[in-house]
Amino acid sequence: MKKPFAITLDPDSALANKTGAWRTERPVYVDRLPPCNRECPAGEDIQGWLYHAEGGDYEAAWRHLTRDNPFPAIMGRVCYHTCESVCNRAKLDSAVGINSVEGFLGDEALRCGWRFEPPAQESGYRVLVIGAGPSGLSAAYQLRQLGHAVTVLEAGPMPGGMMRFGIPKYRLSRDVLDAEVQRIADMGVTFRYNEKASDLAEAMRDEKAHACFLAIGAHIAKRAYIPAKDSARILDAVSVLRSMEEGEKPLLGRKVAVYGGGNTAIDVARTARRLGATDAVIVYRRNRERMPAHDFELEEALEEGVMVKWLSTITSADEGKLTIEKMELDANGHPQPTGEYETLDADSLVLALGQDIDMSLLETVSDLTFEDGRVEVDPHTMMTGHPGLFAGGDMSPGERNVTVAIGQAKKAARHMDAWLRGVNLGPKPEKAVADFERLNTWYYSDAPKTIRPKLDAVRRTSSFDEVQGALTEDTALFEARRCLSCGNCFECDNCYGVCPDNAVIKLGPGKGFQINLDYCKGCGICVEECPCGAIDMVPEES
Amino acid sequence: MTQPIKFYQTGTFTVGNRLLPPEQRSVQSSIARDNSLNSGHRACQGCGEALGARYAVDAAMRATNGRLIAANATGCLEVFSTPYPESSWQLPWLHSLFGNAAAVGSGIAAALRVKARKAGQAESSTRVIAQGGDGGTTDIGFGCLSGMFERNDDVLYICYDNEGYMNTGVQRSSATPPTARTATTMPLGPEPGEAFGQGKDLPLIAMAHEIPYVATATVADLRDLEAKVEKAMSLHGARYLHVFVPCPLGWGSASCDTIKLARLVRETGLFPVFEAEHGQITDVTTIRRRIPVEEYLRPQKRFAHLFGDPGRPDLIARLQAGADRNIERFGLLGPQTSEESS
Repeated sequence: MKKPFAITLDPDSALANKTGAWRTERPVYVDRLPPCNRECPAGEDIQGWLYHAEGGDYEAAWRHLTRDNPFPAIMGRVCYHTCESVCNRAKLDSAVGINSVEGFLGDEALRCGWRFEPPAQESGYRVLVIGAGPSGLSAAYQLRQLGHAVTVLEAGPMPGGMMRFGIPKYRLSRDVLDAEVQRIADMGVTFRYNEKASDLAEAMRDEKAHACFLAIGAHIAKRAYIPAKDSARILDAVSVLRSMEEGEKPLLGRKVAVYGGGNTAIDVARTARRLGATDAVIVYRRNRERMPAHDFELEEALEEGVMVKWLSTITSADEGKLTIEKMELDANGHPQPTGEYETLDADSLVLALGQDIDMSLLETVSDLTFEDGRVEVDPHTMMTGHPGLFAGGDMSPGERNVTVAIGQAKKAARHMDAWLRGVNLGPKPEKAVADFERLNTWYYSDAPKTIRPKLDAVRRTSSFDEVQGALTEDTALFEARRCLSCGNCFECDNCYGVCPDNAVIKLGPGKGFQINLDYCKGCGICVEECPCGAIDMVPEES
Repeated sequence: MTQPIKFYQTGTFTVGNRLLPPEQRSVQSSIARDNSLNSGHRACQGCGEALGARYAVDAAMRATNGRLIAANATGCLEVFSTPYPESSWQLPWLHSLFGNAAAVGSGIAAALRVKARKAGQAESSTRVIAQGGDGGTTDIGFGCLSGMFERNDDVLYICYDNEGYMNTGVQRSSATPPTARTATTMPLGPEPGEAFGQGKDLPLIAMAHEIPYVATATVADLRDLEAKVEKAMSLHGARYLHVFVPCPLGWGSASCDTIKLARLVRETGLFPVFEAEHGQITDVTTIRRRIPVEEYLRPQKRFAHLFGDPGRPDLIARLQAGADRNIERFGLLGPQTSEESS
């Protein structure tokens, strides 16, 4: 078509004008590390699995989650969810209920029968795992996924370790525990129960194992010297909780005193209430602020009628009663005796003063060092001084809880795999953290946290039913969608929409976006309006 | 504020939302959007008008199945989009003079009506928009626009309001806010910047014509803007849409703050966002998180003389009073319970 001069212009002819030349800075898409992921002792990609859950694809969420942790249903019940204490959403309204969504996914997996895929290829290596507690099971799972032949030796009659013999039923249903362990066995992991390894070197020779992961739990109760008459009934927390699982229920009487201030002391007191004790009294030598037990556990115990005698030590035990000395805290916060005494009626006294580990099987192993009753490991690889021997869980340094144990085992498995294959992994690259300050929180809908139901207090003292209820699908979906997706694109299309120059290319679902540098003028609106802070502005090289 | 039934993480605040059903998603979130104003235009970095024009015209294109003609007044939008020999437009687009965009729109609509009649149809399937900046709308083109309203011509007129003549070097217009510095309202004397006055509130003037549809919107609330364009295109007769578009050059703001400023202005109450039909207000977008006017004024160099030591807290207070008046007048805080208002 012949057009009159300077009157008619071709549509879109301005594409010839490459306005990208104006730019002094360019937007770059980044993935930052959300604070929850950084905090998780098991190294879960929480933001990553919540992304799938937000869309209602629970199986994808569960598969993503179980890359790092094979026990979401257990986690939903016993994990102390430190992730939630650093959640950026807490600065808006309240933290995302990560733990409750995790529990929902775990339950959903059990309900639907989702299973782990066996490894695509066998590595040819044989590995031995000592102990079927959380750490040993996590290692077995990870090592099996990597294609190794795994045998787990367990001294006890059943798997679970402290998850079975330490954590009471009202916090973790045994059906859930059994089902999540069975899924690991179904991958082709061999379990041998009632088999206590007394000599590790011999066990490794017998099993023709190329490497070993040690995960012996802390099952020996610490004692304290308390002058006692023969008729005084004194038990320890480990054996009380263990006997709840095996054979006879412990005979504690109607008035039970528990000595100690940790989570185990609380578990015993709550168990005693459920066994029919009218009085369950925790005797602790410091005050509530200094108690090592988690505050929510203490709160739940108090709701159930458990009582606490603060600032008290037990000086002697007699039939039916204890003598207690009042304490006071000195300037350094240490308890000091006051010389004031009182008596406390108690049919039995349970000592919950901490636990030790039986390390006798390691006597024949060279190059090991011990500190404070634990075996020393390289913190980057979890390998002990003996090549090919790794350790995790209660027997390695660090906080003692289920999630920590699972994370240590994951790390150990990764490095054991590298060690077996003769590969040097090197340090993991650290990603920058997705701070709250980088978020544009305007874009998120207002949505307060969903609270999980709790069992009625009456039933809590009369049964061992789980106290903590679960989310329904509706509430789990709601809770997942409260995630801000800190530092990771969730395809909200803001960058694509807000560009005045149409210089952001949308690649389609799951593929994200790309900057069209031919036309991007570097105004920075996309960076400013990204809700989750997943775009950086980077100076152009001149 | 709870949303127990429908909860989509970001709701409709973001441009797109993968959790929404496709039919509820915005025009701009679609790969298939028209990009009526495409890449390669010469607007400044972070231009609110370029963004607002693409938002509005793309929505109109979708509403009319791509059968749309645009008349454009002289101004930034015309200059940056069509420097000879290039055009960034992807629809039939016509520029005549600074002051006659509304009249050109009326003429196109009349011609389409005649063509339809000759073809034996009741009305043309092709629709018309006319658009311009605040200068071409509130000052120079005001007569033609008022005539278009008065005759109820079948045109949607869209004003992209950046509160001044930016293309020619930032002179004041009748849409420039009080105290703002421009090349013709310097920050000197006892009343620095643009004088306080009655201003020229074009949405209210349009409503006084009792035309079928009048609405205001900002580039910060895409979903609202798209809904208003769609609503406007579902009606016939004269319609008017007034879009608030920040101008980094003329306002002395950071290019990355364009949408932020448009968001803040609504949250102060300085720019009420509403819809009206036949002279009656039918809907008001309420303030979500109310803020004082300082938060909006401070990031803009055109208001710099109000801050600092000693600054002009008295003038800020007058601007705040204007915002408060809007909040009262338009009910921008939503229905108040007696407890809250006491």
